[in-house]
Amino acid sequence: MKTLIVAEYREGNLLDSIYESYSFAKIFSDEIICFAVGSESALPEFDKTIKLYFSGIDRSGEYNPDVHKNLLKTVIDKESPDIVVMPHSSYGWDLAPRLSALLKAPMISEAIGYQDNKFVKPVCNNKLRLVLTTDKKPLIVTLQSGAAQGEKGSVKPDMIKLDESYETRYNFIGYEEAEKKDVDLTKAQIIVSAGRGVGKKENIAIVETLAQALGGELGSSRPVVDAGWLPHSRQVGTTGQTVAPKLYVACGISGAIQHLAGMKKAEKVIAINTDKDAPIAEVADLLVVADLTQFIPVLVDSLKK
Amino acid sequence: MNILVCVKQVPDLEAKFKINPDGKWFAEDEIAFKMNEYDEYAVEEAVKLRESIPDGNLVVVSIGPERVKEAIKKALAMGCDSGVHIKYDKENELDSFAKAYAIYQYAKDKNFDIIFTGMQSQDKGSAQVGIILAELLGIASVSTIVDFKFNNGEIEVKKELEGGKKSVVKLKTPALLTCQLGLNTPRYPTLPNIMKAKKKPIEELTLDNPQNLCVIDKISYPEKKGGAVILEGNPKDLAQKVVSFLKENGIL
Ligand SMILES: Cc1cc2nc3c(=O)[nH]c(=O)nc-3n(C[C@H](O)[C@H](O)[C@H](O)COP(=O)(O)OP(=O)(O)OC[C@H]3O[C@@H](n4cnc5c(N)ncnc54)[C@H](O)[C@@H]3O)c2cc1C
Ligand SMILES: Nc1ncnc2c1ncn2[C@@H]1O[C@H](COP(=O)(O)O)[C@@H](O)[C@H]1O
Repeated sequence: MKTLIVAEYREGNLLDSIYESYSFAKIFSDEIICFAVGSESALPEFDKTIKLYFSGIDRSGEYNPDVHKNLLKTVIDKESPDIVVMPHSSYGWDLAPRLSALLKAPMISEAIGYQDNKFVKPVCNNKLRLVLTTDKKPLIVTLQSGAAQGEKGSVKPDMIKLDESYETRYNFIGYEEAEKKDVDLTKAQIIVSAGRGVGKKENIAIVETLAQALGGELGSSRPVVDAGWLPHSRQVGTTGQTVAPKLYVACGISGAIQHLAGMKKAEKVIAINTDKDAPIAEVADLLVVADLTQFIPVLVDSLKK
Repeated sequence: MNILVCVKQVPDLEAKFKINPDGKWFAEDEIAFKMNEYDEYAVEEAVKLRESIPDGNLVVVSIGPERVKEAIKKALAMGCDSGVHIKYDKENELDSFAKAYAIYQYAKDKNFDIIFTGMQSQDKGSAQVGIILAELLGIASVSTIVDFKFNNGEIEVKKELEGGKKSVVKLKTPALLTCQLGLNTPRYPTLPNIMKAKKKPIEELTLDNPQNLCVIDKISYPEKKGGAVILEGNPKDLAQKVVSFLKENGIL
């Protein structure tokens, strides 16, 4: 099969997702080509020469849906790939469905694997796996980050410059950085995190007593931050911090993929959850099936003894 | 000004899922369904916008079996003016293109100025329907918004990127926005509003010729790779086991 992989750049920097897409594409492709809107000083390099359709950010700008979708469509029309692989990121999940609509092409989001010639994706918060099939092409796939391992090679691509320009309806004003951090969770050895399972703001204090008893930092999942119970600096996950402590305790956290992405490098993981099927079990060493409001005080007592 | 919000009804994800004998979906009869979390943010933003302009009209649309009327009614109780139910019993068999196409068929001659959808559905997690719908309608769209402002026909949104970074984008109507968690604080429908909602009209449409591009091959449970030791019992014993685990691993 012929696969077109799409690189993502941010502020002129190439993101590593391209190497994950490349190694993933190798599983099912006999030809791989690449598309990028980026900077010439940071081109992707692979283990062999591959064709790269390229437009510079100097002419096409930072991500602009109208420009990127039309450039990519030109390449797809010309190359007729069987599969198009993009990262499942704020870039890929925005761009991919635009191509799906323009080309009336099937699309599978958040693929995590390829089995028996088919793509597999998680559904229902990772409690189930779904396999989808199609007889149409190209099939557009967004790849979950971390689903494949890949590294930068040392062979420069064979660059073909795209010089079309397109009208746009979007006026990109600029970036806004994440809030300043009052705590650096990335350096913490022990993190005890509160999830939506705490139920209410007052119960954060219960989780905090455990963090104190263990001499760790307090962390959280996203809903706790969205509800205003804790500041964003405490959030672990793709849109928060990526942590790698010795011990991570997840209290009332189900284990959504975006949360796991931020904590799966923890050495030991303990989950406290009322649902024994919670997907956090996949990365945990221990899953304590209990109501955290009842269990944590007892645990804190035992720790003090 | 015409506003549309798309909502999906999804299973409660804390449920235990039992796969059907055909291996293509799970049994829905013992599962509670509720409005997709992302769509609650979409409805709230649509209602806020509707309230801020003098002569607005806000429609909520949902595709699915009879049960999705509950999600439509919730949106009506939150403040939408009327509902559209596109009836289709096996919603799970529709792919994103088919759903976007069905909404497009309904919306194409209604001149919606602003359309809100969720960023993704909690069960399928595709993050496709909104953007595909916008492209089919030929209108601009921004995904994953965490901030929305509207002034004199101009929209300013913040699109969330990784690590908490955002990009600020301006665009004109007509436009579609897909809403991310935390965009606002979705209101709870009050009892008087639930009563009022009962009188609001819900139009029923059918979906005859779904435009699926993908089909479900099979659904399965994830392979257990190691996985956690599950501890159940009384809190004291559990606490002792956790303490021993911490000692064995040199954490205490
Ligand atoms: C683009 C994008 C980026 C995202 N980024 C992040 C991110 O950075 N970080 C993040 O965390 N999420 C992120 N999310 C959200 C993510 O998908 C989930 O919605 C979120 O992680 C769920 O948080 P939770 O586990 O606390 O809540 P839920 O999924 O609601 O889980 C609550 C858990 O608590 C358990 N529970 C309930 N009551 C109790 C009790 N009394 N005692 C013990 N357990 C109990 C339940 O069984 C359940 O497992 C992102 C989503 C998107 C789309
Ligand atoms: N059955 C449906 N009826 C109405 N809107 C839907 C339906 N399915 C998905 N949507 C909308 O599309 C968004 C993204 O869904 P998805 O592409 O399935 O992740 C949801 O948040 C809804 O706003």
